[in-house]
Amino acid sequence: MRQDRLIGCAAAAVLAVLPLVFDNPYTLSVVILTLLYAYLALSWNIIGGIAGQLSLGHAAYFGIGGYTSTYLFLTYGLSPWLGMLAGAVLASAAAALIGLPCFRLRGAYFALATLAAAVILRVIVENSHELLGGPRGMEVRLLHDAPWYFQHTRKEFYYAVVVALVAVALFANYAVLRSRFGYYLTAIRNDEEAALALGVNARRCKLQAAVLSAALTAVGGTFYAQYVLFISPDKVFGGHLSVQIAVICIIGGRGTLWGPALGALLLLPAEEVARFVTGGAPGAAMMLYGLLLMVVIRFEPRGLIALARRATGCRAAPRAGVEVA
Amino acid sequence: MELLEYRGVAKHFGGLRAIEEVSFHVGEGEIVGLIGPNGAGKTTLFAMASGFQPTTRGEVWFAGRRIDGRPPPEICRLGLARTFQIVRPFGEMSMLDNVMVGAFLRHPDRPRAHDRAVAVLERFGMADRLEQPARTLTLAGRKRLEVAKALATEPRLLLLDEVMAGLTPVETAEMMDLIRTVRRGGTTVLLVEHNMHAVMRLCDRVVVIHHGRKICDSDPATVAADPDVIAAYLGEDED
Ligand SMILES: Nc1ncnc2c1ncn2[C@@H]1O[C@H](COP(=O)(O)OP(=O)(O)O)[C@@H](O)[C@H]1O
Ligand SMILES: [Mg+2]
Repeated sequence: MRQDRLIGCAAAAVLAVLPLVFDNPYTLSVVILTLLYAYLALSWNIIGGIAGQLSLGHAAYFGIGGYTSTYLFLTYGLSPWLGMLAGAVLASAAAALIGLPCFRLRGAYFALATLAAAVILRVIVENSHELLGGPRGMEVRLLHDAPWYFQHTRKEFYYAVVVALVAVALFANYAVLRSRFGYYLTAIRNDEEAALALGVNARRCKLQAAVLSAALTAVGGTFYAQYVLFISPDKVFGGHLSVQIAVICIIGGRGTLWGPALGALLLLPAEEVARFVTGGAPGAAMMLYGLLLMVVIRFEPRGLIALARRATGCRAAPRAGVEVA
Repeated sequence: MELLEYRGVAKHFGGLRAIEEVSFHVGEGEIVGLIGPNGAGKTTLFAMASGFQPTTRGEVWFAGRRIDGRPPPEICRLGLARTFQIVRPFGEMSMLDNVMVGAFLRHPDRPRAHDRAVAVLERFGMADRLEQPARTLTLAGRKRLEVAKALATEPRLLLLDEVMAGLTPVETAEMMDLIRTVRRGGTTVLLVEHNMHAVMRLCDRVVVIHHGRKICDSDPATVAADPDVIAAYLGEDED
């Protein structure tokens, strides 16, 4: 509790001065991307981490968010801020639709089913030339400095927005972990049948977690579309985005409050370095992810956050289960 | 008043007739023992009352409602809680958090659930180890935790599946005390147990199952002297 507040304050302080230190556009763009992935990993954490349901289809929700706000903006001139909410609602519906049949499946089957759902959505979007631009995607019409339309020429604008998003996602995770809902999700991750026997409506809990997770992820999709001002199926519905989000969270520490953010903080810069070293060889990033995943799973399945906690000696025997630190 | 009632229940797994036909009841405030050789169908009877298995035939009634085929969480909410023969702690969670999961059923807000869980663990003499991760508990600790979790849901009826198996005599005596305390607290108990000494001393009534049929239903002394029961247990020894 107190620890969490301390870490939170320290993180806020660092984030406040960061754009002053990194004032060149390249570094700032790496920082923004890192924070976006931290946000996505935190969103994934609710269903994939806390509830332990390995979703490999979160790109679907990310894509729904980006496409919904962009479509509504281009077609009706609706501000992407509002489109973002519409995207979150649509993604929630999609999560419920995918979740209802898939939650009957366990483990790898659930992962495969979510993966398939994302692929299907991608194929649909790729074939809707008229409506959504097909495989070539859609460009967000430039308005330059229009904060009410979620656009700005200065990167600091996006930096501020993504920092706010990370704060919201952290708070959502914190609130979940401290509530009955979080205890139920953690119990389901540990042993679903045992949870049922204690009166936990596991299906409903998983569904609620999936919906919350999808809504948050969709908001990230709108942010991405507005930041890049362009959206296409391979960028937002790609299978490797789904995997990336999950791997970041798992490497950082699934089911914990700070793990997902820590994972992004280490992996995104590492990915940048790898790209630089290999001269942008395709697949280098995925190899890095695979390698790190293997190492982490081998030595500390509970993720880097558990390592960090051990190294700093705080809570050698963690207050297990609902791990908030 | 009858709290739990099996009415002509049968359960087949494919060709295997685990329960042929069983009827019995448990009255409010009783401690009833359910005994029988291994594979007799005791755990299966629990599974049908707690919503984990549908019946093939027959009905299970609890507190005036038919409950077989309802989902487990709903049955638990009605006031029937079970433990698992192979204990199922939430391994990564602390003892306290394990019991809180149960307590949340009747107390949705965290501070109340916390206090209720601590109270239950105090009754179980485990209040000094609240933060211990469940996976690090000894067998006796796990068995007690299994009962504590179920009890935290504040059930009217508790189904205990071999909660004394594998315990030392001292631990067994402690568990027997616990079960008596539970009943004194107003909870009815139906327990499956192999330790005959414990069954004879604890139970008001004993139901014997053999090959999926009820062969005896009486007070402990009568059951112990029943020739069919003795034959059933001797038969098991020959296997
Ligand atoms: N899910 C199941 N599928 C198939 N057979 C089962 C299943 N559960 C129990 N059985 C069988 O039913 C019989 C009764 O088992 P069980 O109720 O566990 O007995 P007990 O608890 O009295 O030892 C056994 O022969 C067992 O193998
Ligand atoms: Mg059994």
